Amino acid sequence: MAGPIKLSGGSGYRAKLRALGLVAPLLIFIVVTFVAPLGTMLVRSVYDPVVADAFPETLELLDDWDGLALPPEAVYAMVAREIKRAGDERTLGQVASRVNRVQGGLRSAITRTERELREIEQGPWRESMTTIDSVWADSAVWYAIKTTGERFTARHYWNALDLQSLPDGSVVRQPEDRRIYLRLLWRTLMISGLITVLCLILGYPIAHLIACSSPSRANLLLILVLVPFWTSLLVRTTAWIVLLQTQGVLNEFLVTIGLISDGGRLAMIYNMTGTIVAMTHVLLPFMVLPLYSVMSSIPSTQMDAAASLGATPVQAFLRVYWPQSLPGVGAGALLVFILAIGYYITPALVGGSDGQLISNMIAYHMQTSLNWGLAAALGGVLLLIVLVLYAVYERLLGVEKIGLGG
Amino acid sequence: MGAARLNLGRIAYLGFCTIVFVFLVAPIIVIVPLSFNAEPYFTFTEGMLRLDPDAWSLRWYREIIQSEAWVRSLVNSMFIGVSATVLATVLGTVAALGLASSAIPARRAIMGVIISPMVTPVIIAAAGMFFFYSGLGLGQTYVSIILAHAALGVPFVVVTVTATLAGYDPNFNNAAASLGAGPWTIFRRVQFPLISPGVISGALFAFAVSFDEVVVVLFMAGVEQRTIPRQMWSGIREQISPAILAVATFLVVFAVLLLLTVNWLRRRGEGGA
Repeated sequence: MAGPIKLSGGSGYRAKLRALGLVAPLLIFIVVTFVAPLGTMLVRSVYDPVVADAFPETLELLDDWDGLALPPEAVYAMVAREIKRAGDERTLGQVASRVNRVQGGLRSAITRTERELREIEQGPWRESMTTIDSVWADSAVWYAIKTTGERFTARHYWNALDLQSLPDGSVVRQPEDRRIYLRLLWRTLMISGLITVLCLILGYPIAHLIACSSPSRANLLLILVLVPFWTSLLVRTTAWIVLLQTQGVLNEFLVTIGLISDGGRLAMIYNMTGTIVAMTHVLLPFMVLPLYSVMSSIPSTQMDAAASLGATPVQAFLRVYWPQSLPGVGAGALLVFILAIGYYITPALVGGSDGQLISNMIAYHMQTSLNWGLAAALGGVLLLIVLVLYAVYERLLGVEKIGLGG
Repeated sequence: MGAARLNLGRIAYLGFCTIVFVFLVAPIIVIVPLSFNAEPYFTFTEGMLRLDPDAWSLRWYREIIQSEAWVRSLVNSMFIGVSATVLATVLGTVAALGLASSAIPARRAIMGVIISPMVTPVIIAAAGMFFFYSGLGLGQTYVSIILAHAALGVPFVVVTVTATLAGYDPNFNNAAASLGAGPWTIFRRVQFPLISPGVISGALFAFAVSFDEVVVVLFMAGVEQRTIPRQMWSGIREQISPAILAVATFLVVFAVLLLLTVNWLRRRGEGGA
């Protein structure tokens, strides 16, 4: 079959070149504006030159350090010089905040040391620095400088997976009370799974109803599914706040009809319930559309045939209809799950404290804690999960089946 | 007995479907009347329920129109949306023409890359773009936001136009060529007019993506480049007032118009091809 572009014969080679030539501008565009930024983020997750650039000679001296005893006077002299220089170059703040992430309390210690070292012209440096702040008498500070001084590092990934590397080089789990990210990731997967199941339960019957309707009624019902799909996400989220908040429409209604008392208003939003309800609403069309497109190709006469052969409606459904609708179930469920695990807006606005997902943690580290390396590593973990699911989708169904609104 | 049970099952099934449709649409419809609330509440006041004309007002709409921030965000949304749409539609349509050719090598891999912005969590893309564009000195500029939105919208153009091209009969091209038309003439006079409903649908999709996008804007826009969704985001987080509902109502009407247009184009495309 000749493609529509193959105009006037031409050799296969030229047709191939022409097709590639048409696709190339977009491919280049996506690689530059989308893939390259993702790459930049992944680089950030393993590469951090700030401390290495600020303390190059100190770090070189620390190469010979055993990690246990305090380093010799020469190292103190060098770090004192490099702290002053970083202070002059205004990079000390960035250095201090990085070292501080390995060992709390070091940020203020380092900035104070810089300030007071200005008054001191000569050694002994260990003694003066220890007088300024006792942290310099603890080998932990040296370990923190040495660790953050690695240009290429896996520590953000260790962090993202609730692990930590110790001075002796071993990698162990974080103490119980500091294990947050794996738990959050697990919760994200669980909530996404729950939302997927809810979407399937709600979406399957209506997709079936639409598929069995006359063309004009099917079109009308499809529009009902597509209205939320086209409506701004922020509008839909606002709508749920209006409906579910304590002074909102639903609570007022329940109080008015006397089902709950004025003091017993339900907390349905700004918690996990809010996240689940609003996200199910937002993602339901992504379940219904692929289901509908598969179901509309199942001939309705098959159910009649099954019935005429003596099957009960339940048997006919389970043995004839359900197996044929499975590709739609797979496509819809995978798509909803993929979209759910990366969701940010809805949980951020209606999730309260227990309805936050992994994306919200990435945003937190991007915007509030400014721990960009950790944000990038968490992004890398999430990206890996999504890519694996995307590859499964591609294998099973082909990505072109992600037709929307069609 | 069996027939009665069947009917009961049928009623339960239709009842369940009705509830799901109400769940889908009702939240969106509820905010429309509430945007005419004369009081700064998010619920129906007694006066509204009695249909007392004093309980209804246009005050929130006035507030929006008179607010410099909201008007500027509308202008920004339009400017960014239209620019991103033009870029995405041109690149996406041209690429779809290439992908429709049977000669294209590594079709699945190419498609995988092109669709990837649709499934990658936006937060990751936005974080990456923040690093990338600030590194290039393009942080907080219209250019970076337009490029980002075009990348997020282009998969929709490719998917829609590819679907339309699947129904396009290549013999039209051969017929035109046999009558002496060159490739460009064939595209302009024969192929493009026939696939234009798909192209316009794709463009509307891309526009809707940009018009609704907030994560990239949150990460990359300065106060200058705030769009409507960004303004709503602050509104919801900081000082939630029914003015938000007035904007939301405007956006619902806008969404329904877009949807009906795309639906009409799709049916026309099916009828025409």
